[in-house]
Amino acid sequence: MTNMNMIQSLNNALDIMLENDDGVIVFGEDVGYFGGVFRTTDGLQAKHGEHRVFDSPLSEGGILSAAFGMGLNGLRPVVEIQFADYIFPAYDQIVNELAKIRHRSGGEYWSPVTVRTPAGGGIRGGHHHSQSPESQFTHTPGLKVAYCSTPFNAKGLLISAIESNDPVIFFEPKRCYRGPFYGDPHNVPTWEGHPEAEVPEAHYSIPLGEARLAMEGDDCTVISWGAMVHVCEQAIKDSGVSCDLIDLQTLVPWDRDAVVKSIEKTGRCVIVHEAPKTSGFGAEMVASVQERCFYHLESPIERVTGWDTPFPHTTEWDYMPGPSRIAAAIHRSQVN
Amino acid sequence: MAKKKPSLKIPDAPHRPGDEASFESWPWQPGDLKMPDPKNCSSEDTVPHAAGLIRVLGDDNKASGDWDPGLDADDLRLGLEYMVRLRIFDDRMMKMQRTGKLSFYMRSFGEECVAIAQTMALETQDWIFPTYRQPGAQFVRGRDMVSMICHCIGNVEDNIKGRQMPVHYSYREGRFISISSPVGTQFSQAVGVAMASQYRGLDEVTITWIGDGASAEGDYHYALNFASVYKAPVILNVVNNQWAISTHANFATGGGEFASRGLPYGLASLRVDGNDFLALYSATKWARQRAAAGAGATHIEVLTYRAGAHSSSDDPSRYRPGDEHTKWPGGDPVERLRDHLIEIGEWSDEKHIELEKRIDDEVMSAYKEAVSHGDLATGPYPSSDTIFTEVYQEMPWHLEEQFNEMMEESDD
Ligand SMILES: Cc1ncc(C[n+]2csc(CCOP(=O)(O)OP(=O)(O)O)c2C)c(N)n1
Ligand SMILES: [Mg+2]
Repeated sequence: MTNMNMIQSLNNALDIMLENDDGVIVFGEDVGYFGGVFRTTDGLQAKHGEHRVFDSPLSEGGILSAAFGMGLNGLRPVVEIQFADYIFPAYDQIVNELAKIRHRSGGEYWSPVTVRTPAGGGIRGGHHHSQSPESQFTHTPGLKVAYCSTPFNAKGLLISAIESNDPVIFFEPKRCYRGPFYGDPHNVPTWEGHPEAEVPEAHYSIPLGEARLAMEGDDCTVISWGAMVHVCEQAIKDSGVSCDLIDLQTLVPWDRDAVVKSIEKTGRCVIVHEAPKTSGFGAEMVASVQERCFYHLESPIERVTGWDTPFPHTTEWDYMPGPSRIAAAIHRSQVN
Repeated sequence: MAKKKPSLKIPDAPHRPGDEASFESWPWQPGDLKMPDPKNCSSEDTVPHAAGLIRVLGDDNKASGDWDPGLDADDLRLGLEYMVRLRIFDDRMMKMQRTGKLSFYMRSFGEECVAIAQTMALETQDWIFPTYRQPGAQFVRGRDMVSMICHCIGNVEDNIKGRQMPVHYSYREGRFISISSPVGTQFSQAVGVAMASQYRGLDEVTITWIGDGASAEGDYHYALNFASVYKAPVILNVVNNQWAISTHANFATGGGEFASRGLPYGLASLRVDGNDFLALYSATKWARQRAAAGAGATHIEVLTYRAGAHSSSDDPSRYRPGDEHTKWPGGDPVERLRDHLIEIGEWSDEKHIELEKRIDDEVMSAYKEAVSHGDLATGPYPSSDTIFTEVYQEMPWHLEEQFNEMMEESDD
């Protein structure tokens, strides 16, 4: 076990997969010589060679279409989109091509591309370095969607994503690269000493589709993913309510059994994400929870989300769900 | 199937940290290229201009050749003043960023000439569709520095209400269109702006820029094609400053050619020394005449070098030699115009130092006034309702509801 931050554990996962499988090839904007603007691929080109880890033209559509073709012809590309906000020039390639190739070819072709992309707010990134566009991909049949939250699950999930023969959109909460985020911008802890930052050096994987029980309690089920998991942890502590905290880890396919089991116990549910509310993945969960747990629910399901507005720059802390909004929702769930 | 040794070909940058940076000196001289008639020439007539380099200022600091715009000394001094202003302004903003008064910053260092010479060559009704590397155009269009700094801070006086990151200016009064982070998008949008001018019968030309890196985006190719198909009155500039963050221009095109890529689209295509104020002014004026005459768009490669870091988040010494910019054959745009003015007896070192001092004072007092409206570290900030306003023309019920929810929670 080594203490790693999320950059290091992701780098370690890529390193292992490059080592284990000749077909793994890592590329994207600034990922080669420089090692990525967030340093996630640092040292990998020097270690594995220029033909394995390299820079691409500044062209997300180009990156995704090339990756699609490589995947079709026996490689296992892992590409980086520098910010999730910049995935949209590649949206057609992902939604209409990558997601559908297996089905449209009657299973004759597939392309096992992994798209890594830093997402989410909290770094004063304004409109275009802060968005969390997961639901724009969960709404696309044929894609798996993962969203890590800690150094430990980042590595295990990324290895599963790369090994998966289906395309995976892999979101990384950039605010948590170097430390957990508890919702207070002035509190900037590192991953040092955090139990979820104890990472085995060897290969391990976390199956796509399995949630993680981050906290255990009796009176409310709080569900989240990405950076918000840590903000929820803070909110639960602040609220004084005994809660299960479910870190979904994978959004498609999501771990419905874990959610149902918890709500059958607690009877109450709060769903938290930083993406806007309308058509956010929380909406899908609310619908499924009421289908499955209607007779167990003691109070209305609460959603705490980003507002239905563009992500602001100066006022980002009024936008992102913070511990007090979440704690208030937990308290509301306890009434009745 | 026979298996060959893996052999994917990956380009590299000319120099990396630890290398001795050196560039071949340019074979092109002022006077090499004739100026074709902008209103009547064809795309083929510009083949030599795309392969060569339009220069006016020689190594002797003298202006010569067909492309000499014959500007009078007052205009040259004005151009110099704008460039000096931009450089000093950028340095002050970078200091603000370093002390936590701004979240982020991007300088135009080494490329000050681009937006300034080119905007000066236009008419005031012309549209400017910039990237984050052309804020200098706003000086030419008369924007007040206090207002620019307030935007960068994102304080209560920011005209875009703290919504975007610093350097994402919008300045409607100067027909300077709102800057967006996703690179390349403006390039093809500018063609639409130009098509609207044409449709409405207005004497307006649109100018836009894209980086060498961003020219790999689809938007670049959409722009060239639409501009060519509709003969739009637009000036399409590729600012080849050699770098896209850590990625060298060698990754943007296989053959290292930018200017000539306009030719197969049927566009007049020029390569211009981007640190030569006179050449850039002249080429832009030429392109404007062509566009206004209905002869179509011009595609210009502006050859320059990004002398500074990509942004305040970047450390270029990790991917290129620290002194690479000092070896650039095009030199420094401010020094070159200054030396030209001195050469023709219209300027002096003393005057230059005085100018720098005056501008430094002006920037300093603008800075003081701007922070009196709040800085990023301490506020006050734009009120939170700015998150919800102008998302739509009128606020729909669900935003109103969320706005009220936010206000109630901030009362608790
Ligand atoms: C669509 C998109 N992808 C990636 C980025 C991140 N990014 C910002 S600037 C930049 C490099 C741009 O280089 P270039 O186009 O050469 O312009 P320069 O910065 O040199 O002026 C990158 C990759 C972005 N802003 N937008
Ligand atoms: Mg560039």
